[in-house]
Amino acid sequence: MSVLTDNRTDTPPRSWYKRNEIAITPWLFLIPAFLFFFVYVISPIFQSFQVSGYAWDGLGEKEYVGLENYRELWDDPAFYTSLRNNLIWLVLYLLAIPAGLFIALFLNQTVRGIRIYKSLFFFPFVISQVVVGLVFTWFYDPTFGLLNSVIGVFGLGPINVLGDPTYVTYGIIAAGLWPQTAYCMILYLTGLNAVDPEQVEAARLDGAKGWKMLWYVIVPQLKPATFIAFVVTIVGALRSFDLISIMTNGGPFGESRVLSFYMFEVALSEYGFRMGYGAAIAVMLFLIMLCFIAYFLYSMYKEEKGR
Amino acid sequence: MKLTFKASLGALITSTALAGVASAEGLKGDLNIFLDTSNPAPRAVMEQMIEEFQGMNPDLNIETTIIDREAYKTQIRNFLTANAPDIATWYAANRMKPYVEAGLFDDVSDLWAEPEIAENLASTKGAMTIDGKQWGVPYTYYQWGIYYRKDIFEELGLSEPKTWEEEKANCQKIVDSGRSCYSIGSKFLWTAGGWFDYLNMRTNGFDFHMDLANGEVSWEDERVRATFANWRELIDMGGFLPNHQSYSWQEALPFVANGEAASYLIGNFAVAPLRDAGLDDSKLDFYQFPAINPSVELAEDAPTDTFHIPSAAQNKENAREFLRFMVSADVQTALNAGDALGQLPVNAKSSVDDDKFLKEGFAMLSENSKGGVAQFFDRDFPAEMAKIGMEGLQEFMVRPDNLDNILKRLERARGRIYK
Repeated sequence: MSVLTDNRTDTPPRSWYKRNEIAITPWLFLIPAFLFFFVYVISPIFQSFQVSGYAWDGLGEKEYVGLENYRELWDDPAFYTSLRNNLIWLVLYLLAIPAGLFIALFLNQTVRGIRIYKSLFFFPFVISQVVVGLVFTWFYDPTFGLLNSVIGVFGLGPINVLGDPTYVTYGIIAAGLWPQTAYCMILYLTGLNAVDPEQVEAARLDGAKGWKMLWYVIVPQLKPATFIAFVVTIVGALRSFDLISIMTNGGPFGESRVLSFYMFEVALSEYGFRMGYGAAIAVMLFLIMLCFIAYFLYSMYKEEKGR
Repeated sequence: MKLTFKASLGALITSTALAGVASAEGLKGDLNIFLDTSNPAPRAVMEQMIEEFQGMNPDLNIETTIIDREAYKTQIRNFLTANAPDIATWYAANRMKPYVEAGLFDDVSDLWAEPEIAENLASTKGAMTIDGKQWGVPYTYYQWGIYYRKDIFEELGLSEPKTWEEEKANCQKIVDSGRSCYSIGSKFLWTAGGWFDYLNMRTNGFDFHMDLANGEVSWEDERVRATFANWRELIDMGGFLPNHQSYSWQEALPFVANGEAASYLIGNFAVAPLRDAGLDDSKLDFYQFPAINPSVELAEDAPTDTFHIPSAAQNKENAREFLRFMVSADVQTALNAGDALGQLPVNAKSSVDDDKFLKEGFAMLSENSKGGVAQFFDRDFPAEMAKIGMEGLQEFMVRPDNLDNILKRLERARGRIYK
């Protein structure tokens, strides 16, 4: 009996885990995420760097070629075409941000049935990019597409948007802007909910209206939404793969390729057997993205510090 | 001890004998088949043939996976290395070379040594041979040629051309009547490869074409330029469907069906959809690509689809038995019938279905293709060269003035690819 009481009163030494529970548990929960992030994101980056030093068909023996793949990229006209298209995408895709802002402002009112209008405007973002691509392919079709029927009324055309190397990239970007604008619109609509009505009231008393009101009172308050819209649009522009694949398959004669599509083509497509060369393109794309990533991280860091 | 040994030996002998009896009745174990015949008719006939094979081997556990034809082309690399089936479909000639060189296809020369196959499949042996060994067996092939609207030709008073001059004269009349001579959809590039194959084989001959495919001739050679000069005559005439770079080969079919284009250089697989579009045999006909240079013998494109046994296959003996079955004369007849694959059987003892186009195609390939039989641009040329090449061909069709640049680019690619 006494032995039992002894045992009860004597507190057993707490285990090492128990003693450090608060410090360790968060890390335990983070382990799966870290593990997968490392296996599927971090290590492939380094693998790409490594593979880009080899000539490899993905099946047989790897052959070390050093920087040969990069030297070849240097005078590959297709690489420069893709790079140029990537830049065009980056610049023009940003149009989605002002366009989304104006649609959001337009829709940010209380009218009967406004929710229906909002969802209709948001609709293109909900449907698959593949469907968007198909719809625009038919819209642009040179023989029976809607576009040529419309401009035909004004005595213009016909133009083969997707078959002409001068217009093809712009044509695809226009298709991409449709859902991207909707996305930015939603971001701004939620942002507009958080706009302080007192500030607007105060500005109105001071005689601000129209563009001045927008630029000096509303837009600064939308900064977080603008930041997110900027990030998703840049990322969207850099991975503009599906639309190109559906609408032109990189054509005509490779004029609508971007880096990600070119990489897929040389490494993984039907005729692609050049893993090393594809990896070299991936590395270049990574370095370009790194500039943006670094900028975002830096501005977020500044923001945190400023608080 | 000795007794136990004897007993076990006896048991072994009995079991082997039993196994022997069993294999006489049918195969045992598994057979895992991957097919790319995803279109409805080919799919149905393949399943039917496998059903028949199953009937002959009731104890065999057959598992069939049918993969979309386009997706198959990229997936094959993964499943050959990671999760190999016992049978996989693919294509002949250079198209199988990467897998042969990587050691992913099994050497099936032993099958080709059997008289049953050696004698009856001799015509396709060359396309299956790399380094003196055979790496698979064919199961079907089909002709290419010019499919034309017979009624339009009659309306304009044209006849099937035999020479390049007649071809061009015909085309001029068709263009004058407000139509395109040739429908083509080059969005996915390979259709342009068919035009180059024919123009080059007619201008310079089969052997030259193969030398070019094997990287032994410069793309900037005068003879290659002669091919492009012939091509350009048709382009400058306005012979090809405008905006063809925006269409796939299927999307280019309606132009033939509704009479905006009078003919189409394509494989025999285009006949079925054209018939579905309402062109019966009084409206649709076929002629062999005409001679250009009378001093070269006619050669044809006849792509061959094939079966292979992956090196990592688990049941190679069952797989071999399946290949013997699939190339046998009766199966070949049924498989390639007009309402099944609608193509040509590879077995010489099979009969060609009673179909106008199959009969004409078979006659053309067996009697009027003395120069040789090519596979196709993207099967004869190595994959990388084919890709860059077909892109150049498409560019040439849209912007013929860029020819010098295109050839320079192809020549540089040749220097890199063939080493």
